[in-house]
Amino acid sequence: MNITVTLIAQMIAFGLLIWFVNKVMWGPLSGIMEARQKRIADGLAAAEKGKHEEVLAKKKALEVIKEAKDQAADIVAQGLKRASEIVEEAKVTARTEGERIVTAANADIEREINQAKEALRVQVASIAVAGAEKVLKREIDAKSHDALLNDLAAEI
Amino acid sequence: MSQAEGSGGGTVQYIQHHLTNNHIGEGFMTWNLDTIIISLLLGALFVIVGGRVAKNATEGVPGGFQNFVESILEFVQTQVKDSFPGHHPLIAPMALTIFVWVWLMNFMDLIPVDLLPTIGKMFGIEYLKVVPTTDLSLPMAMALVVFMVSLYFNLKVKGPVGYLKMFLFHPFGKMAVPANILMTAIEELAKPLSLGLRLFGNMFAGELVFLLIALLSGAATLGIGMLIWFPLQVVLDLGWLLFHILVITLQAFIFMVLTIVYLGMAHTRDH
Repeated sequence: MNITVTLIAQMIAFGLLIWFVNKVMWGPLSGIMEARQKRIADGLAAAEKGKHEEVLAKKKALEVIKEAKDQAADIVAQGLKRASEIVEEAKVTARTEGERIVTAANADIEREINQAKEALRVQVASIAVAGAEKVLKREIDAKSHDALLNDLAAEI
Repeated sequence: MSQAEGSGGGTVQYIQHHLTNNHIGEGFMTWNLDTIIISLLLGALFVIVGGRVAKNATEGVPGGFQNFVESILEFVQTQVKDSFPGHHPLIAPMALTIFVWVWLMNFMDLIPVDLLPTIGKMFGIEYLKVVPTTDLSLPMAMALVVFMVSLYFNLKVKGPVGYLKMFLFHPFGKMAVPANILMTAIEELAKPLSLGLRLFGNMFAGELVFLLIALLSGAATLGIGMLIWFPLQVVLDLGWLLFHILVITLQAFIFMVLTIVYLGMAHTRDH
């Protein structure tokens, strides 16, 4: 092979071409590709983070739900307890009230029996006086025998 | 096959004609115009198309052609990463330039051998060697640039003393300094030589086979022989063409990878 200007010209051309390719094509395009790579990596990382956060949120939501359920159960239990207490109280009240009413009624009955006894006694006395009048066929002086009559009535 | 006369002399003439560069000047001042112009045109095509893609490129989802260009870029980048230790901003663009430019110039081989010379003849261009890589000047020029860059790397990374030591003590150690100098010099010189000659030889041989296939039916221009020779030529040409698609890519790839490897060897401290 002869060493000619063609060789030298081609060497220069090759060098210039490398320079041009680097400046016009390689530099910008590889920069863009790198930027895209970074974007994709960022996106993937964000997706991963989102997933992680979702898991956390789910866990937290479950916890909250569980707490709420517990609270609700507590409230229901308290309510039931309160209700049975109220029923118990009402029972006690009712019993006392009933006893009171029965006592009052017994007292009334006692009183009326006494009244009736009194009335009966008075009537028996008058009947006895009337019977005695009939027996004696005369008027008994009510006034003179009042003490006697009253003793009689008290005896009955 | 227009020039083939059917005689042996015509065949030789035809082949010689096709393998002669359109040159001006003699001796050292020989300008192979076809090589220079075609290689520069292809280089310009590469830079313009690549530059347009880079200018319109988006960071988002790349479109069809941008995707294609980016896949080439990524391919080259992978090769560089695999074969070149460390990092140097020159390597990747250089590898890309070599791969695409050599491929484009090799691709001229796939254009029918007589098409461009015949068109050239219409415009009064007597000689036209279409494939720049079949002109030894071009592969050797590229190989020499690679050699110069590797020299620069050697001196920069190993330092002048380190580089000298490599000549003195490699590969046989301290006991055989003269042999070491000889062996290392051969090794260093064989790299650019083999790099350039491999590309040249492959493409030259490929072009020659295309020329021979083109001569097949030219050898039997007249008579019933055409019925056999012409279909044979078409089939052979198609076969060689398909095979050559592989060859031109492979040669461009080999040139690129070897460049990266040689420069990588030059760029490491310990040889």
